[in-house]
Amino acid sequence: MIKLSQRLLGPVTLLLLGLTFWLGLWITPPDAVQGNLVRLLYVHPPIAWVALYVSFGTASIASCLYLWKRTRSEVMDRIAHCSMEVSVVFIALTLITGSIWGRPTWGVWWAWDARLTSTAILGVFALAYLALRRANDDPTLRARRGAVFAILTAINVPIIHFSVQWWKTLHQGASVLTSNGTLNVHGSMLWTMLIGFVGFTLLFFWLLRYRYRLEVKRDLKVADTVVEALALRQREGV
Amino acid sequence: MVVRLVNAVVMSRGFPLLSGVDLEIERASLNVVTGANGAGKTSLLRLLGGLDSLTSGEGSVVGVDLLDGDLRSLRRRVGWLGHEGSFYADLSVRENLVFAARALGRPVDDVASAVERVGLTHRIDTTTKQLSAGQRRRLGLAWLLVRRPELWLLDEPYASLDDAGREFFDHLLGDVLAGGATVVVSAHDPLRSSDLAPRNLQMVGGRVRVS
Amino acid sequence: MTRIAWLVATKDLRIEARSRVLLWQVLPFGVIALLLSGLALGPTQVGNSTAGPGLFYLVTLFVTLLMINRSQALENAPGTKASVATLGLDPAGVFLGKALALTLELWITGLVLLGGSVLFLHIALIGTLQAVPSILVTLTTLAVAGTLYGALTRGGDGPATLLPVVTLPAFAPLLIAGERSFSAALHGGALWEWWVIVVVALVAYTAVGILLYGVLEES
Repeated sequence: MIKLSQRLLGPVTLLLLGLTFWLGLWITPPDAVQGNLVRLLYVHPPIAWVALYVSFGTASIASCLYLWKRTRSEVMDRIAHCSMEVSVVFIALTLITGSIWGRPTWGVWWAWDARLTSTAILGVFALAYLALRRANDDPTLRARRGAVFAILTAINVPIIHFSVQWWKTLHQGASVLTSNGTLNVHGSMLWTMLIGFVGFTLLFFWLLRYRYRLEVKRDLKVADTVVEALALRQREGV
Repeated sequence: MVVRLVNAVVMSRGFPLLSGVDLEIERASLNVVTGANGAGKTSLLRLLGGLDSLTSGEGSVVGVDLLDGDLRSLRRRVGWLGHEGSFYADLSVRENLVFAARALGRPVDDVASAVERVGLTHRIDTTTKQLSAGQRRRLGLAWLLVRRPELWLLDEPYASLDDAGREFFDHLLGDVLAGGATVVVSAHDPLRSSDLAPRNLQMVGGRVRVS
Repeated sequence: MTRIAWLVATKDLRIEARSRVLLWQVLPFGVIALLLSGLALGPTQVGNSTAGPGLFYLVTLFVTLLMINRSQALENAPGTKASVATLGLDPAGVFLGKALALTLELWITGLVLLGGSVLFLHIALIGTLQAVPSILVTLTTLAVAGTLYGALTRGGDGPATLLPVVTLPAFAPLLIAGERSFSAALHGGALWEWWVIVVVALVAYTAVGILLYGVLEES
């Protein structure tokens, strides 16, 4: 069952993303106010959802599990590392699609809007996580420090969110669900967007899976070089 | 048995510092680790002190398992004298020793006698960075005297000591051993003193050859 | 834990008092950075700009980075690291002690820079005095967070350059909160939100530090 779902992950992701683009570009109507720009609605919120919640969430949970002694394993460390790396891609895409949307709406590529600013700060956090990992050669130390940093980042998410929110806001409010719980988007637009959400979420897990496998291969290669280095060292002075 | 290592490997940056050490060390024994530069002498001492962790193999030091045990509790029971000097350079001799004594809950009164024993009384209020290399080494020994560890790990202790210092050091080792502590010393050459009858551990390529 | 914290804090402060790195290196850097901020504002803006509180905090952040590096470098000197490790100090105590020492150092530096800001950037004195409590709490949070992030980067490759990358995103909300509450003290405006941000961050960093500082020790 697990094998089958792993095998289907790729094709289903491609199908859903293809469907999102087809529905988003050709089937759904342009918006009365925003015109064709509204089509970014099928891409930008799903990507931001993956960047800020799915990938950061996965990295944070995996990091907590790594630090907890009972569940500590290199699997958790790899998951945390790989999802943070995929997160960087999605955060970059969030900023790019947001910027493309912002240019005609706000008249500038970058605005000091609350969500844009906090997303950018989180993006730097993700890059800092990767920089921190690169700076430590010892695998245990790297994993521990990475995990603590990921947890600090998770704690910072609400702090950054509220500080920037209170600082200033230009961004439109919540897009799909309004604060009183009514739906803002209807019909084909809603469906397209929902498919987009599922599609991009699956894309994250698909990328994560491949990145994870790459990491396993790299670790195996490192293990091989360790065996060689050990043999070489033992022959020293003999 | 104070130390027991079975095929101990320590890796750092992909390089095996120790490549499979098998070693047993008895209580109250003097062990001298010799070997060429890069043979793994310091790495062995660091492993025994809980300063580096075991990558593979098995081992226990003063009863603490090197893989699963609490390395912090191990560190509290060993004394380390590195060849770089070992204290806060901006603190005086007295301040460094009082810090160590307080950290370990030892009586601060021991400091003066330890300083006297290593012959640094006249420099007790001198900042450590103003001491000569040999004096710093004596301070390191005073630091160990205050600490009274079960296992003394001394990385090239004879370096920068003058003849009087070496003689004093040999006496000190004799007292330490008589007190029941175990000593592991790294050195380029075997000890000159014949009174102490050390066991020689020769290191080659990250492994120990007992002779 | 408190005994070790006190021991470590007094040791750090004593080293600082003796080496005077803070006095002769960090403070002059802060003052010149303030002067440069005034020059960057330009002759027409420097006397009547509302950017004063923001520039004060920006300079303070840079100074804080230097002080974090200094605080961690004390422990990382060759030899010191190994022999102090064999003292087996309680990591939570070490964390609190280093954070406490850094807080006091940062308070002193912050107050000097505040005086410099009043002098060079023409920030109103009365409003500045009213802002002092919020500034001291913000500096405390910076010190506590900085101690944690400093330990994260210690001993890795290029710790001095890694530290800003790792620390500044976490300092961003503290900068915002500090600047806003300073401005509120000067010109009026909402205050409680900024206290919430700074105090919540302080509590969170302290808790994480006490629980996880030991994890950061080198293996």
